[in-house]
Amino acid sequence: MSAVEEAANEAPAVEAVPKRAMTLGYGTSLVVLALLIIVPMFLKNFFVFQLTMLLIYALAVLALNILTGGSGQFSLGQSAFYAVGAYTSAILMEHMGVNYALTLPVAGIICFGFGFLFGQPALRLSGIYLALATFALAVAMPQLLKLGFFEHWTGGVQGLVVTKPDAPFGLPISQDRWLYYFTLVVSIGIYIASVNLLKSRSGRAFMAIRDNEIAASAMGVDVALYKTLAFGVSAGITGVAGGLGAIAVQFVAPDGYTITLAISLFLGMVVGGVGWLPGSIVGSAFIIFVPNIAEHISKGLSGAVFGVLLFLVIFLVPHGARQVAMVAQQMLGKLKKN
Amino acid sequence: MELFTNQVLAGIATGAIYACMALAVVMIYQAIDHLNFAQGEMAMFSTFISWQLMQWGIPYWWAFLATLIISFAGGIIIERLLFKPLAKAPVLTNVAGFIALFAIVNSVAGLIWDFTIKQYPTPFGSSPFLGSQLISTHQAGMIGVTVGLLILLYLFFQFTRIGLAMRAAAAMPESARLVGINTSWMIALGWGMASAIGAIAGILIAPVVFLEPNMMGGVLIYGFAAAVLGGLTSPLGAVVGGFLVGVFENLAGTYIPGVGNELKLPIALALIITVLVLKPAGLFGRPIVKRV
Repeated sequence: MSAVEEAANEAPAVEAVPKRAMTLGYGTSLVVLALLIIVPMFLKNFFVFQLTMLLIYALAVLALNILTGGSGQFSLGQSAFYAVGAYTSAILMEHMGVNYALTLPVAGIICFGFGFLFGQPALRLSGIYLALATFALAVAMPQLLKLGFFEHWTGGVQGLVVTKPDAPFGLPISQDRWLYYFTLVVSIGIYIASVNLLKSRSGRAFMAIRDNEIAASAMGVDVALYKTLAFGVSAGITGVAGGLGAIAVQFVAPDGYTITLAISLFLGMVVGGVGWLPGSIVGSAFIIFVPNIAEHISKGLSGAVFGVLLFLVIFLVPHGARQVAMVAQQMLGKLKKN
Repeated sequence: MELFTNQVLAGIATGAIYACMALAVVMIYQAIDHLNFAQGEMAMFSTFISWQLMQWGIPYWWAFLATLIISFAGGIIIERLLFKPLAKAPVLTNVAGFIALFAIVNSVAGLIWDFTIKQYPTPFGSSPFLGSQLISTHQAGMIGVTVGLLILLYLFFQFTRIGLAMRAAAAMPESARLVGINTSWMIALGWGMASAIGAIAGILIAPVVFLEPNMMGGVLIYGFAAAVLGGLTSPLGAVVGGFLVGVFENLAGTYIPGVGNELKLPIALALIITVLVLKPAGLFGRPIVKRV
């Protein structure tokens, strides 16, 4: 007997999010932007560094969000793309003396190609199978980076040390602060590009595939092309994030890019709200700060506290930060009426 | 030739570990259509429970039996409390739930029993089996238990009413409900059984890899590889897949130049991806046909 599944009744892998619900309004965006510009001016260098990491992880979560929230495909393997991006930047800077800002587009393009190629076999997989295949990629990546064959370039197990760039034109700000604003500019550029991508014809094709693959192909969407394209774009953005990460941390090593990172990014997306791009920054805050908070609550039980918090999110706000934002918006609307 | 036979034997011995784990993975996949990423941690926790019971002076086999019962109950409780409410949620939410469970179980085990590596006893002894240096009596016992478990499962699913009901609930939940099967409890039962099988796997593996909270990390990935190779819908496939992965891993490490110990894991993962791409249903699985 062959199992027959009703394609129409099947629960979708990812909940459909309407296009308009994927972004913030203009007013809110400007407020968030202003906060991101002003707040670091009053912080110590270490906290500025943490904010930089917040932006970098937010970029990586955003990339996953385009893949999952946009085109409905899974990935537990984002750490692999992040690693490739980080290594590309590090190798270009340290071995070839390329300017750090120029390494980012290269990292993005290489990762785009890598993701596009990986998307080819992934085409035949969906749901949990795709999760498994990408999971395998993420687990294998640190081992591949340690290979003796690449050691001349990658530095093997020891990794590479990356020099931190100074602020250009003799600007009187610290390296950390300069790097923060540099990251902020890159992030804003990528965020705007992503929003526009999802609003474009390609974005509509992604969403059509997410909501119903068969209907999408019936309407003339090239399913194979757009699925691999989504993988490529997502990997490319993750690669840029990885490159930024390498510059900010000043160090790349295989053990920095384990499956734990991939899982963190995945959790960041779930917490931020699947398919809600601004949620990426909330998700990123969750994966950076919550483990610290958990550690404060109980040293030995930090993993358990983290898990319990995650369960609370799943049960209480299954749509993540998006849901919180929607509720807040409704309450504001009611207040205005009164 | 002798090298070849030896490597195959050693592969079968490690393959038994993977087979056990794969069996647990398949059990739960059958019941709920999800891969339980926390399966290894649940098995690890069960193993710690049996170790604790033995520390309190309970004989091996009684501890073994008690652990199976506790794990079975534990699996059902986890399903009722945490995953039943998520039954209708998207796959994504479920995966996040499994990861949360993973973190909780791992951390709690570390807190109760700390992270030092512990010896774990074996009832089979560890002398060479039938004069062969490669397979110890423990590994032979492990293979025996795995095969026995598979036969028991086969009998259970083919010849008991509950087994039939569980298969029906997994294959066609709606039709099963119409003929009066409580599908919700069948899922809970699936969790309980998977948890108990995981406990057996953990108890068998512990003497080889030693007992500690992270003992299952690598094993679970090989278990996944085995389950995918054999087909996620077939318990027999899982066991055969386990042995094949074990043998393949050993032979690749011996004969392909450049594949030392450090590349063994990527080999298993390459295997997962190859199988998924070429034959997604696995060797023994049923292909899923979609009605449009």
